[in-house]
Amino acid sequence: MRPDFVVRRIGFYVLICAITLFFAVPMLWIASAPFDASPGLGVHWPDWTLENFRKTLEHPYAMHSMVNSLLICVTTAVAVTAFAALASYALSRVRIPGRDALLYGLLLLSSVVTGTAAMVPIFVMMFQLGLIDSRFGVALVMTGGLLPAAIFILKDFVDAVPKSYEESARVFGASTGQILRDVVLPVARPGLATIMVWAFVNSWGNFLVPFLLIRSIEKQPGAVLMQTLTDEGGSVNLQVLPVFSLLFSIPVVVLYLLVNSRYGFRFHGGIKS
Amino acid sequence: MTSASAPVRGRTPARDVAGLGVGRAFGFVAPAFLLIGAFLIFPALWTIYIGITNYRLTGVEAVSPSIVGLSNYTKALNDALFHNALWLTMVFVLGSAIIGQNVLGFTLAWIMRRTRPAVRRTVEAFVLLAWILPSTVVAYLWVAFFDRDGGTLNGLLGTQGTAWLIDYPMACLVVFNTWRGTAFSMMLYSSALQAVPPSQLESARMVGASGWQTLRDVVFPHIRGHVLTNTLLISLWTANDFSPFLLTKGGPNHESETVPVYIYNVALQGGELGYSSAISFLLLIANLLVSLVYLRLLRRRS
Repeated sequence: MRPDFVVRRIGFYVLICAITLFFAVPMLWIASAPFDASPGLGVHWPDWTLENFRKTLEHPYAMHSMVNSLLICVTTAVAVTAFAALASYALSRVRIPGRDALLYGLLLLSSVVTGTAAMVPIFVMMFQLGLIDSRFGVALVMTGGLLPAAIFILKDFVDAVPKSYEESARVFGASTGQILRDVVLPVARPGLATIMVWAFVNSWGNFLVPFLLIRSIEKQPGAVLMQTLTDEGGSVNLQVLPVFSLLFSIPVVVLYLLVNSRYGFRFHGGIKS
Repeated sequence: MTSASAPVRGRTPARDVAGLGVGRAFGFVAPAFLLIGAFLIFPALWTIYIGITNYRLTGVEAVSPSIVGLSNYTKALNDALFHNALWLTMVFVLGSAIIGQNVLGFTLAWIMRRTRPAVRRTVEAFVLLAWILPSTVVAYLWVAFFDRDGGTLNGLLGTQGTAWLIDYPMACLVVFNTWRGTAFSMMLYSSALQAVPPSQLESARMVGASGWQTLRDVVFPHIRGHVLTNTLLISLWTANDFSPFLLTKGGPNHESETVPVYIYNVALQGGELGYSSAISFLLLIANLLVSLVYLRLLRRRS
């Protein structure tokens, strides 16, 4: 019995190590290459330098694309949160005819009409509207794509806000605007923060929409610029890309950790595009 | 105060506690639904129309497209490259989602149940990181990993000069997507496994059931629903995933051109907007069928 147990224990840890290595090894490069004096595509112990960071900061488009990403994603996150909050509140508190069918349809829409399935009509539509090469256009398309899921998640949050708060506020003569601003909004804040972070992270990583709609390099967000630089190749880009990958990943990881530590990880089944 | 409190109907009356009224409620809902209508519903419907025209990106048909009926669909029936894309998508979904993410995700959830918290957190951190990093970053990591000259994989295996992404593009994509998406299955199965009563696991151990027997006869019946919904969701996402484009662009010679990449190449490289819309519509229908099954399962469970 005893040796059997030991063998099993060893096998168990070998398995865990193997799986961890499988996940960790491809990531090691992003930790070593940015600081390496002669960055290559393989992982090796770096010849420490910060030269690559200087090169990246001086790159004509690198930092600019971060600003573009920020512009697009903040617009998207704010629009998604604001519109989803209004809609989910109304859907939670007022019985609009056909509400249940509407919510069911929303859930269906968010999974059926994916970016890939709709890329051709969206491209044609934006082309005819003259919104090709517009960062605002990219934000609009992303907002439309994220809203159904956002309304669905937020409605759960709003449903959980006790109605008695609003009732008592009303008894004391608060107007609808006051109730929304001073009662509902503060109580629903964790939900709103979660949605805002979720929308930001989703649009930050979105490659397809800006790739389809943005033409000029000075308007490209980071996700698309990386692809442009990869296609260009060259030794300068090999210095810039590792640093850029690292910098571009930081906001996503930080926001994730923030939401995770603040509100705990909430498992919203099926919500990730 | 408005007296237009909502008419109470149905089983769960939503009381209009803020005094919103139906009129203002519609106003609240309107902006969101206008955007959804414009950028989600309209494009989906418009695909049907563009799909029956010969609309092109450039040339005469770009200015005045004409309706060609179902000929785009009959073309798809006989298009060897489309059949190739369908086949590759099936391989991709089966290999990386149905088998890869499912099995690895479940294995992780199962073996992590009783490991020390420190070990568990470390492993989960890496798995989650693979899931939350931006797709272009992740794609570039793997392009570097697979690289012919100096890539980490060749360094580890001692196979210098093997161009993995060119010689074995589909295998690379399957491994890549398993790595990328396992976190979701792991989390879903972790929470599903908590629903398995410990007493049943204990009695299975008492009667001397092997690990495999315990899984099959005790654990599986409890999580059957989760396995099904998880499989449907990850299959849907994988079939619609555009990141193969970032690794291989569909090449070499269409060897890794899954349906999403094929749609892009036909529409924007080839300029055939009409034909690519027809294919997009087929993808929409497939998505719709899978989603309906999924929602059906969800409803039955709740």
